[in-house]
Amino acid sequence: MIRINCPYCGERDHSEFSYGGDATIKYPSLDSSEKEWTKAIFFRKNIKGFQLETWHHTNGCRMWLEIERSTVTHEIRSVKPCHPDLKKVVENNK
Amino acid sequence: MTKFNAWNVIKNGLNGQSYWTRQWRDPEPKKNYDVIIIGGGLHGLATAYYLAKNHNIKNVAVLEKGWIGGGNAGRNTTIVRSNYMMPGNHEFYEHSLKLWENLSHDLNYNVMFSQRAHVSLFHSPVAKDSVSRTYNIMRLHGTDAELWDLKKLKKKIPHLNYNNSRFPILGAAVQKRAGNARHDAVAWGYARAADTLGVDILQNCEVTGFTRTNGMIESVQTSRGIIKGKKIGFAVAGNTSVLWQMAELGNLPIESHKLQAFVSEAVKPLLDQVVVYGVGGAHFYISQSDKGSMVFGGDLDWYKSYAQRGNLPMVQDVAEAAMAIFPSLGRIRLLRHWAGVMDMTMDGSFFICKTPISNLYLNAGWNYGGFKASPASGWYFADLIANENPHNYVQNHNLERFEKGINIDERGAGPDPKLHG
Repeated sequence: MIRINCPYCGERDHSEFSYGGDATIKYPSLDSSEKEWTKAIFFRKNIKGFQLETWHHTNGCRMWLEIERSTVTHEIRSVKPCHPDLKKVVENNK
Repeated sequence: MTKFNAWNVIKNGLNGQSYWTRQWRDPEPKKNYDVIIIGGGLHGLATAYYLAKNHNIKNVAVLEKGWIGGGNAGRNTTIVRSNYMMPGNHEFYEHSLKLWENLSHDLNYNVMFSQRAHVSLFHSPVAKDSVSRTYNIMRLHGTDAELWDLKKLKKKIPHLNYNNSRFPILGAAVQKRAGNARHDAVAWGYARAADTLGVDILQNCEVTGFTRTNGMIESVQTSRGIIKGKKIGFAVAGNTSVLWQMAELGNLPIESHKLQAFVSEAVKPLLDQVVVYGVGGAHFYISQSDKGSMVFGGDLDWYKSYAQRGNLPMVQDVAEAAMAIFPSLGRIRLLRHWAGVMDMTMDGSFFICKTPISNLYLNAGWNYGGFKASPASGWYFADLIANENPHNYVQNHNLERFEKGINIDERGAGPDPKLHG
């Protein structure tokens, strides 16, 4: 089991989360060429080692997280919210 | 190499089995080859075999970083079928199945191919419609396919759980010519047959880099020295991106995910078919090996990984699916489980194609389906390398198909590799 330290909920099993994918993808502007869009949508670095990726806390706070994780050892180096501003909203609603 | 036939079996039986020769040589790498295939799995070995057999290209090396049959060749559930519907795919997999049917004779090696039928259960009227469409397309192309109603299914496989109220079994889509084979025997059979035709199989030979001149790959740097090759083929599914980036070619429409499989202790004959709990239900497939073990698997681990080991949530998930469909397995003990690294592609289909480097050819992206594809994969990859022109069946199985909008997406799951199960 991978344990993910969710900044909103604390440390939880990864089975509470859904894997999103590569967090470094930058989508091009709408008027970019088909080549640019093809690259962004279909082509991946597929890193063997530490990569930045997104996870969704599906069965928890339902927040998107950006995680630095090794794709070989599954060790996690850092976890941070994808949308830090939302943290205040969550706290205000508690 | 001693041929397997009745005469040699009897002769060696009387001589204490002392006259068998080794199955393939362990040569030192030569300096030059006409073709270097990187990856000594089923696809690489099959490619080398068909290069020598179909195209008379015999100065071929297969480079394997570990030992042959030690990667994904030994990490699968050995299912062989051809129930695909997309243009290109169904012709390709049907040809593969036809090659399987004669493979033991062709290789002079018993790959224990058993056409025991592949039974896909469906669990809702919508699932029945969907699978009927696929199986009708198969029939239109001359592939065997049929639907079993509940009465026939109960007669054939009486011990499924027919009282599952969440996913009731309504019937099954069946391909009778589909079945299983012995995975190690396929690797050994291809290695032995390729070696007999003059192919060098170089084990413990890891590729560490490439030397480029004039835009071509001139030689391959390996842990056993520098080897020159006129043409280079990649057949390293699971690690394709790593090699691709070693050749400085950038990104690929591939993510590496791991898929687990499980083997139980051996039991008496219990299941005579490959059963899939899949259409409109969970995702679970099971068969019984010739030794008696139940061999089964389910979904990917759902996150990208190069680790060849599985994670526990999926073990639980697969066990739950097993119990839902096959309650009599409840007290069976697991012997072992493992994970293989899959090239999951953006549309769930494979690549047999040319690359931006003129003497480099790519065979990759086999998702869940690499085992059954091995013979045809070798056949058409060898054809591409020898003739420089992709065969009609694989003309769209290239890296440009995404930009052209001709994705070959059997499931219609879209550009998310983990969903193409």
